[in-house]
Amino acid sequence: FAGLADVSISEDIPVEGEITVPVGSQSPDEDFSTLDEPVRDTILRDLKAVGKKFVHVMYPKKSSTLLRDWDLWGPLVLCVSLALMLQGGSADSKDDGGPQFAEVFVIIWFGAVVITLNSKLLGGTISFFQSLCVLGYCVLPLTVAMLVCRLVLLAGSGTVSFIIRLIVVAAMFGWSTLASTAFLADSQPPNRKALVVYPISLFYFVISWMILTFTPQ
Amino acid sequence: LQGGGSAVIDMENMDDTSGSSFEDMGEMHQRMKEEEEEEAEGEAGAAEEEDGEFLGMKGLQGQLGRQVADQMWQAGKRQASRAFSLYANIDILRPYFDVEPVQVRARLLESMIPVKMINFPQKIAGELYGPLMLVFTLVAILLHGMKTSDTIIREGTLMGTAIGTCFGYWLGVSSFIYFLAYLCNAQITLVQMLSLLGYGLFGHCITLFVTYNIHFHSLFYIFWLGVGGLSTLRMVAVLLSRTVGHTQRLILCGTLAALHMLFLLYLHFAYHKVVEGILDTLEGPNMPPFQRVARDIPVVSNAVLNTTAKAVALTL
Repeated sequence: FAGLADVSISEDIPVEGEITVPVGSQSPDEDFSTLDEPVRDTILRDLKAVGKKFVHVMYPKKSSTLLRDWDLWGPLVLCVSLALMLQGGSADSKDDGGPQFAEVFVIIWFGAVVITLNSKLLGGTISFFQSLCVLGYCVLPLTVAMLVCRLVLLAGSGTVSFIIRLIVVAAMFGWSTLASTAFLADSQPPNRKALVVYPISLFYFVISWMILTFTPQ
Repeated sequence: LQGGGSAVIDMENMDDTSGSSFEDMGEMHQRMKEEEEEEAEGEAGAAEEEDGEFLGMKGLQGQLGRQVADQMWQAGKRQASRAFSLYANIDILRPYFDVEPVQVRARLLESMIPVKMINFPQKIAGELYGPLMLVFTLVAILLHGMKTSDTIIREGTLMGTAIGTCFGYWLGVSSFIYFLAYLCNAQITLVQMLSLLGYGLFGHCITLFVTYNIHFHSLFYIFWLGVGGLSTLRMVAVLLSRTVGHTQRLILCGTLAALHMLFLLYLHFAYHKVVEGILDTLEGPNMPPFQRVARDIPVVSNAVLNTTAKAVALTL
């Protein structure tokens, strides 16, 4: 560094270039102020964030909102509502009410963890919780399918209703898989996308099949 | 010679029993914290000056006790985080997942083709992606079979049973055959055995997928012998090529063949249902009560009952 002591920039040479100051994330300021705001504001803000992510799932574009601000509220709400709706649908509902809820819960979370580990092991660049967030949010179409199935089953449970349910569940399964693939497959090397897509499709297939074979009491 | 004011801590004077690693840690840590120690000792010395001895043992021990405790904590924390990063590091498994989709497809198809050359050790790819995906597929198929056969699991969940069965088979039988291979001097590593058995489950997946939906016993037996037999033959041939000695080959390959075929048989018959059950699932509770398919068993059981009753009557 001693040799550079005599380097100087003369004033008549204009200095050029661009300087972009990265806009600091305002979370430190927000953290200070969110403690004082009323609870209603916090809840509404979180609900809005969750709602925005729901919209992103239903219209999957290549946006990074889901990845950047991940949160697990949405997946939790979806998982719990799906598990509640799937409860009590087995042959002997007297003693199968409990395990049914636990089954769905465990399948969703354990499956999501396994898929995340798999995509990380295959060389993915996405972080653990981001992947969990995406997989959880993409359960939304299947939850909608479950609602539709329950409504259709209220009307009747013949062959026609089965065909309607089959079409709806199949469409939602495709939607879920496409949505999650749109977010997750980008983080993989291009020739290995199929290796990541298969476990995701298996995961949503298991959930869709549980929805399809649901028979109410 | 030690510098003034910073002494190497003599662990023998302390009553905590520590292993040598802690001593090393303690020494390293102590060297790093030399300035802090000097400052602290200076303060402690100033506080304890009425004792007269600046480096007296009493003042020093109180101070040193705290510092040693702090060093032990730091050393322990460092060792724990090192152990955690060593064992919980999933990068250990990364080389086993380094595959291309074409390779996986090729290996899936190869797992059904028995090799002919058993005098030359056959290559086994030590890859875990394909086997893991096959095990999960088998879990999904098993779940389907259990649901459509109306299996009721008390004290557990269907999912837990399915996962436990499939993973237990894959990991348990692989380890057992690896242990036998060790006894029989076969050239195979644990990862290779896991990979081989995992790909051998491809035949099981196909068979169960077909026979859980189209439910005829004769069809199942054809698939069992055909598809199950082919994948077993492939595994057996690969193991044969890596073992020398007739007795060893017999033990190893016989055990593997028996376990593999029996597992498929078990998976079929444990979650078994009659044909009319499919209609029940499709059409809901509006089905008229169905008739079960007549089987030979009532005749057999009647005969058994008759002979038993006669035997009992004779003895009385």
